[in-house]
Amino acid sequence: MTAIPLLDIRDLTVEFATRRGTVQAVRQVDVSVARGETVGIVGESGSGKSVTSYAVMRILDRAGRIAGGEVSFSGIDLRAAGERQMRDLRGREISMIFQNPRAALNPIRKVGHQIEDVLRQHAEAGSGDAKEKAIAALEQVKIARPEERYHAYPFELSGGMCQRVVIALALACRPQLLIADEPTTGLDVTTQKAVMDLVTALTAERGMSTVLITHDLGLAAAYCDRIVVMEQGRVVETAPATTIFRAPSHAYTRKLMQATPRPGVTLRDLLPAGAPAAPAARAEAAGAPLLTVSGLTKEYPRAKAGLLKRKAAAAEAPFRAVDALSFSVNRGESVGLVGESGCGKSTTSTMVMRLLDPSAGSIVFSGEDISRVPAARFARHALRPKIQMVFQDPTESLNPRWTAARAIADPLLRFRTVKGGDAIRARCEELARLVGLPVELLDRFPHQLSGGQKARVGIARAIAPSPDLVILDEPTAALDVSVQAVVLNLLADLKQALGMSYLFVSHDLQVVRMLCDRVIVMRAGRIVEEGPTEAVLEAPQAEYTRALLAAIPHPPV
Amino acid sequence: MSATGSPALAPAPARSGISATLAHAVAVVSGNPVTGFAFALLLGLVACAILGPSLVPYDPLASDTSVALQAPTLAHPFGTDQLGRDILSRVVVAARLDLTIAVASVALVFVAGGLAGIMAGFFGGWTDRIVGRLADTIMAFPLFVLAMGIVAALGNTVTNIVLATAIINFPLYARLARAEAAQRRNAGFVMAARLTGNTDLRIVLTSILPNILPIMMVQMSLTMGYAILNAAGLSFIGLGVRPPTPEWGIMVAEGASFIVSGEWWIALFPGLALMLAVFCFNLIGDGLRDIVDPQRRT
Repeated sequence: MTAIPLLDIRDLTVEFATRRGTVQAVRQVDVSVARGETVGIVGESGSGKSVTSYAVMRILDRAGRIAGGEVSFSGIDLRAAGERQMRDLRGREISMIFQNPRAALNPIRKVGHQIEDVLRQHAEAGSGDAKEKAIAALEQVKIARPEERYHAYPFELSGGMCQRVVIALALACRPQLLIADEPTTGLDVTTQKAVMDLVTALTAERGMSTVLITHDLGLAAAYCDRIVVMEQGRVVETAPATTIFRAPSHAYTRKLMQATPRPGVTLRDLLPAGAPAAPAARAEAAGAPLLTVSGLTKEYPRAKAGLLKRKAAAAEAPFRAVDALSFSVNRGESVGLVGESGCGKSTTSTMVMRLLDPSAGSIVFSGEDISRVPAARFARHALRPKIQMVFQDPTESLNPRWTAARAIADPLLRFRTVKGGDAIRARCEELARLVGLPVELLDRFPHQLSGGQKARVGIARAIAPSPDLVILDEPTAALDVSVQAVVLNLLADLKQALGMSYLFVSHDLQVVRMLCDRVIVMRAGRIVEEGPTEAVLEAPQAEYTRALLAAIPHPPV
Repeated sequence: MSATGSPALAPAPARSGISATLAHAVAVVSGNPVTGFAFALLLGLVACAILGPSLVPYDPLASDTSVALQAPTLAHPFGTDQLGRDILSRVVVAARLDLTIAVASVALVFVAGGLAGIMAGFFGGWTDRIVGRLADTIMAFPLFVLAMGIVAALGNTVTNIVLATAIINFPLYARLARAEAAQRRNAGFVMAARLTGNTDLRIVLTSILPNILPIMMVQMSLTMGYAILNAAGLSFIGLGVRPPTPEWGIMVAEGASFIVSGEWWIALFPGLALMLAVFCFNLIGDGLRDIVDPQRRT
């Protein structure tokens, strides 16, 4: 905190006009960023952390306006700046990286041309040297073979590659300040590490300042000098990254830290003190095998590239998304299926779920080979109620036109386990109590529920037909950490109470560690490592597992 | 941007879906007077269609050559035609026939095109190919010429006008429904419906259709104006409803030959009615879009 800060936000208040009156999304926020400093803004959804950055860039929605306070950037008053002046500042002095790299790129323009556009817009390059400079920019973000990638379209690149291109775009004009809004959400943990290391190296090399907006305390702690914690539009704490973890002064920071999964804690530790200390001891997983998968394979034919190449493509071996996978899940056991995107974990769970037919192999569930029943006819199979699933996105998995009660009642109506309107309503209320959903919320529609409440509805629907196996497909990936802590505990309690088995599909090893007895690490359709959770995470045998573990950002405790 | 930038709103008060939609509709209409005007106009048109014959001062079919070709007067506010029929009465009474043709054809194409499109989008494969090629075939013709051909081939009746109007609108509905259904085919709630033992047919009816309905309704309102225009156009060129039945298209056609000799009112007033009706349905389409758009529901 020396001299004049590069970016100085004082008393910033942002209001949104809604039909129910004005809502203050950001209230009297003070943030300052010195030259060369990296500041993390951390908070859960709705804390106003993104809105603050939009206000700095002056890219708020029509309904939003800066109601008070001052924003100055190296002496320029950004509130008073005209649109023309802001256009010059954006990209050249202040740039921004958004959450979804694929959405931030124009899908029908070559990435090289998109970088050229930015360079030309800010008169950093003319028509003669634009291509050269664009390739140099790609090279700087460590994209292999930049001359070839220059001609690539965004859809031809992976998520991590796209994010690198976006970073190249943001840094092309050598700005002084980079605002990164959740730059690695949705990326794999190893990609996240690569991208963050790259951003840190590039900004340090150029003496730039960075504002990192994230919900992940671990990430912020690993890469920031100073951390600003926001809650409901207010800054509750500002402290250097090294001290905030040792001595968090605000109750909200403590709560947030406590809810963050980290090594050496149990599920109960995530909840605020005073939570009911239900038995956290795991049931002995000594049951008979419930699900045995052997030689499970899913092949997809390679894309045909035009008429002439069709013959060549047909000769090529089909793509194996899942390659001769074998594993088992015992009764009352939770097994974690871990891997990065594209490793085949979702394809595997969809096949076990019997929504997709495998190319080869068998799925023996409760002593019956259910892979023989085509997926299209499994809806009427007697074992259908016994395998259920909790989906990744709680919002997307609920029919927007159904109330919570209707969604939970759907399996009861279809499987005819409970008959009669009153009995169904009673069972819905029982399930709602079981998952901790207030009964009066049962008549609400999904858009009237919060993320955590929607997750509870999804869980209630999955356990309604009393399944033996529940597949959890990243059930907390779309939730805030404090909600995640509650939902994970709920899942553990339900398993204990109802004696179900879980197949937990996730990319987050910390979460898997707390919930699962056994873990299977997958890569490129094959099992890399398998074993009891503690053993695999404490002493990983495979190189890949070690890389995954090393990539998890750790708070400096 | 707008989605990510949404501030922390207090949870919406618990209201049932219908009353919330109504409240939202009232807010949209009061916030946009043009939409309110369009709904008022629609109400007027529907009133004419239902009560028309009992409202009008004269029998729309009674000719009286003693008052032929009179310019608008107090007794005949819209004037009279070459047979001395009161044009106001004819314009008002014609609303029933024109609206019936439009509503019937749109309802027909909504069911047929909508269902075909949903099936194509949901099942894909052969269903998709057949529906897609059918739509392409229809779109390959100039649509009005196709409608003329259908009416000429099947015969000059109201039923055939309805059928022809429905057929030429089929691609619009089939494509819209296909796109919307395909987008939701792999949505989480559809997967969840499969897990709870729903058959494909039930998934289409309970999970896909209700979620597409609002968008289809906007489309309905927009094509309604087009259907009215199409029916009037067919009648104008002599295919479709025959004289002396009061119908806006024929009346414009009959009046057209008198414009040269100065009797402008015969064609003008039915033409105005036609314009107002089309205008009204298009405006309602815009208003409906605002009402069903969840993004506008802050």
